[in-house]
Amino acid sequence: MIFFAALTILALAIILCIIRAIKGPTPFDRILSISSIGTIIALGIAVHGFAFQRPEFVDISLMYVLLNFLGTIAILKFYKIKGKKI
Amino acid sequence: MDNFINILSMISLAIGSFFIFSGSLGLIKLPDVFSRIHAAGLIDTLGSGFVVLSLVLYSGFTLVSFKLLLIPLFLLFTSPISSHAISLFAYESGLKPKAKIKKK
Repeated sequence: MIFFAALTILALAIILCIIRAIKGPTPFDRILSISSIGTIIALGIAVHGFAFQRPEFVDISLMYVLLNFLGTIAILKFYKIKGKKI
Repeated sequence: MDNFINILSMISLAIGSFFIFSGSLGLIKLPDVFSRIHAAGLIDTLGSGFVVLSLVLYSGFTLVSFKLLLIPLFLLFTSPISSHAISLFAYESGLKPKAKIKKK
């Protein structure tokens, strides 16, 4: 039963991150909050697997962490630094 | 002994979800991009660490717990890289930190 309470708190945290992603004045705020949402969802998938007695969901969670990092770096490739080529 | 480990796991899960919630609360309250990165780092290190520690204590010594321990290991490598890239591109695109430094 404690797993469902933890899942509720994680859902509230995701709602707070979505508020920042909508309201954020610069694009970097939005990228940062989307990255945090990805981490929270990866943890939530693992907790969900233990709550419903199916711990095999850990593999999906592991893949989600790596894809989240790749997504952040891939969005940041659109911005430039003066005088440097990246 | 088994009951004791279960109670320890529940306490650790409560601590981890508290850290995740306070990190995302800091993502709203703090005034600047560079200070919001500090709040997002709390989710990646302490939040994921305590939640995964709780699940490892609950599942015992199996293959699942080894896979669980890989999650904070990957986060430990990827979180500083992504937050450093975000702060570098934010600084180079013209944003400056809002905090005032007191000179004595």
